[in-house]
Amino acid sequence: MTVHTSRRGFLKGAAAATAVLMVGVRPGGVLASATAESKMFNPFVKIGSDGTVTAIVKHFEKGQGPATGLPTLIAEELGLRMDQIDYEFAPSNPQHYANLLFGQFQGTGGSTAMANSFMQYRQAGAAAREMLISAAAGEWGVDVAELAIEEGMVVGAGKSAPIGEFVAAAAAMEPPAEPTLKHPAEFRLIGDPDVRRLDTAIKSNGTAKFAMDVHLPNQMVAVIKRPPRKDGLAVGMDDSGAREVKGFINAAILPNKAGVAVYAENTWAALQAREALQVEWDMSQAESRSSDEIKAEILAALDAEPEFNVLKNDHGPVQTALDGAAMVVEETFYFPLLAHAPMEPLNCTIEATADGGILLHDGCQFPTGPHMALAQIFQLPMEKIQINTMLAGGSFGRRATPDADYQVEAALAFVMTDRSRPVKLVWSREDDITGGRYRPAFGHKVRIGLDAGGNIVGWDHRIAGQSIMKGTPFEAFSVHDGVDHSSVEGVSDTPYRIPGQFVGLTDTQKATSLLWWRSVGHTHTAYVMEVMMDLAAKAAGRDPVAFRLAHLDGDKDQARMAGVLKLAAEKGNWGRPPEGRAQGVAVHKSFGSYVAEVVEISGNAEDGIRIEKVTCAVDCGIAVNPDIVKAQMEGGIGYGIGHVMRDQITLTGGEVDQFNFPDYEPLRISDIAAIDVHIVASQEMPTGVGEPGTPPAAPALANAIATASNDLRVSSLPMTENGVSFA
Amino acid sequence: MQYELQLNGKTHSVEAEPGTPLLWVIRDELKLTGTKFGCGVASCGSCTIHLDGEPVRSCQTFIEDVGGSEVTTIEGLESREAKAVQQAWVELDVVQCGYCQSGQVMSAVGLLKENPRPSAAEIDDYMWGNACRCATYQRIRAGIQRASEIMEA
Repeated sequence: MTVHTSRRGFLKGAAAATAVLMVGVRPGGVLASATAESKMFNPFVKIGSDGTVTAIVKHFEKGQGPATGLPTLIAEELGLRMDQIDYEFAPSNPQHYANLLFGQFQGTGGSTAMANSFMQYRQAGAAAREMLISAAAGEWGVDVAELAIEEGMVVGAGKSAPIGEFVAAAAAMEPPAEPTLKHPAEFRLIGDPDVRRLDTAIKSNGTAKFAMDVHLPNQMVAVIKRPPRKDGLAVGMDDSGAREVKGFINAAILPNKAGVAVYAENTWAALQAREALQVEWDMSQAESRSSDEIKAEILAALDAEPEFNVLKNDHGPVQTALDGAAMVVEETFYFPLLAHAPMEPLNCTIEATADGGILLHDGCQFPTGPHMALAQIFQLPMEKIQINTMLAGGSFGRRATPDADYQVEAALAFVMTDRSRPVKLVWSREDDITGGRYRPAFGHKVRIGLDAGGNIVGWDHRIAGQSIMKGTPFEAFSVHDGVDHSSVEGVSDTPYRIPGQFVGLTDTQKATSLLWWRSVGHTHTAYVMEVMMDLAAKAAGRDPVAFRLAHLDGDKDQARMAGVLKLAAEKGNWGRPPEGRAQGVAVHKSFGSYVAEVVEISGNAEDGIRIEKVTCAVDCGIAVNPDIVKAQMEGGIGYGIGHVMRDQITLTGGEVDQFNFPDYEPLRISDIAAIDVHIVASQEMPTGVGEPGTPPAAPALANAIATASNDLRVSSLPMTENGVSFA
Repeated sequence: MQYELQLNGKTHSVEAEPGTPLLWVIRDELKLTGTKFGCGVASCGSCTIHLDGEPVRSCQTFIEDVGGSEVTTIEGLESREAKAVQQAWVELDVVQCGYCQSGQVMSAVGLLKENPRPSAAEIDDYMWGNACRCATYQRIRAGIQRASEIMEA
């Protein structure tokens, strides 16, 4: 970001057309305005004397909406219409743009963009408003109390002028220590369902620029030939075939031997040359297990003494409750590896800058990770590394790699060149599907005891699987006393009132490479919790919604969960499906938000199921952009359902069996006939929306299938491999 | 090899090897980046363009087979159907990440040209090959129906 003027310039009466007022909120809460004299300070809003207002968005945009949501917060407090504000993505700077929930780390994830920005960006907008009003009051000789900003105009005391006229004077002022925020009753934009996304037009006419669209002068394209199995090492190669490909430039074994970089003049030549390249691999340390072995290890762990007692309670009373229960329901579940498969394959471009630094162009989810990694690889101070964050074509967790996997690959490919030409690293879809970073496989074994009245009296829950967080920089956040919370979230902290719960966890051997996948642990825990709640309800002879509500009759947490469940049941005509249809329900809390979904299907597991309708209710606190909240629920439901229907990653002798979309089939338009989303009105602080729509979708579908198909239990996924066909 | 390409109403002279997918000629040679690479095997539809007005997958359309056919990319769209689809997309905020949406729009335009008033089932059938990992399908379906209304108005 360039700053075109200085405070001294204003005092000297420099051209006002170049004045810029910038306001930001540091993580410590201190406000500041800035000019060229303090370039190191990066603001959240930049206002030009020509009236242009730009929100500096610290979260990347992968479709989930912060490029609209954060400008909405500024526009609300500053008194603008949405067509009076634009956005740009923040540079990499963890001091100024840290995710307040991640410590000193800039990044997007865990459905936190709005939760950690809501006060920060409103304060920035409110401070700018107060400064502009003060400047106008001074110039007009009136009291600040008489003035307001409406639709980009300072108005009051019988006067009216565009905010741009006061930018120069405001930029010379000290910012208010504690700007007054609007009362929620005064909100005009926050909560307005008619606010539109700021990025729709460019994404509908082909002008939106993703990292994949970078074309720098003289750039090379690099693709990496990777080992057929994870952790194989390149020890030799023959590029004589590649040399025959027109446009081929060079091939070189990466410094870490993790593959061979193939450089070419364009993408097609790079892909063709890679096909023709012969590589000798050392496979002595490579992954050799099959997914069947991984599954067998997990299932065996469920029957052994658990490694960790998650709730640190005595198992005895739980066992006693189960022994004395009138009914016990029991089931074992297995969840396979899954790929993220964002539509834009992974890529980024690295170039050397004129001042001896490095510039990374990337749909960058975790800027601090690649920033540190590149500084180390290039042996440069942090300030010599810049990141140009661009639009990202989806992520679902895949771009959030703490070790900056693909950016490091690009850096290693670049470091081997003479650095005179930018290098654009491109992954193919096959690289993506076979290249690891999967949702880990997990198993659960659960026994629930019910008394004669159909109330839960004991719940024994064993979980086994591969920890995502151990061995990553996020270990300190998620792992306590050996327990990776992301393995048990949604079970050990369930809002349900469950007397006598025991949760055991065993970490199994890490297979292939793992990564969080949209909604992390909730991808499997919600499925288990909500299928079990249905089994328990049916055993107790009670309606599944009534049974759940009976275990949500206590505190505020339970009341909010009950609230979405009732709303989804009401809007989805729970209990009154049309002729020939069956319903299933699930409700789950994740990332601070509560979501209930009613899935309505026709057909049955044997003859083929069609998903006719999904009705969703969400409580995410204040819904800043309600239409984006709805879109995230729609997308989250599709993501959850698409994968449980027919997707899995399997390994044979360590080699991934799937290659591309034909055998990792994405959800298609015909798979879900309709989705209807309802938002609970709330004054609570905003919580997540990117992920919480996903967890309840699959169990609600499973519960509907059971109802339609003689109580068929779909306890292993994907569904198509376990007795369910889809029409 | 040198090829003459009729693209978006102009003749372009491009250098490419036989067997090169039109996708990469459009993206890497002509630098028109609205057409996207998603899978390379005609399985996702992100690379959809029009060849003589018909939607095709440019990743499986080879440069030597194009001949004198008129190629239209998202950048060259200007038909009545295209304007209606793009207006509807904005009205309904169809997009999320947006990476597949050029292909969705190209297919939607192809559908409306062929069938100006498609039913939901006809939309599902025609649009089946255009994958959206964000699952914006509800809005794609509604967007096409809205575009149909706009065209009638």
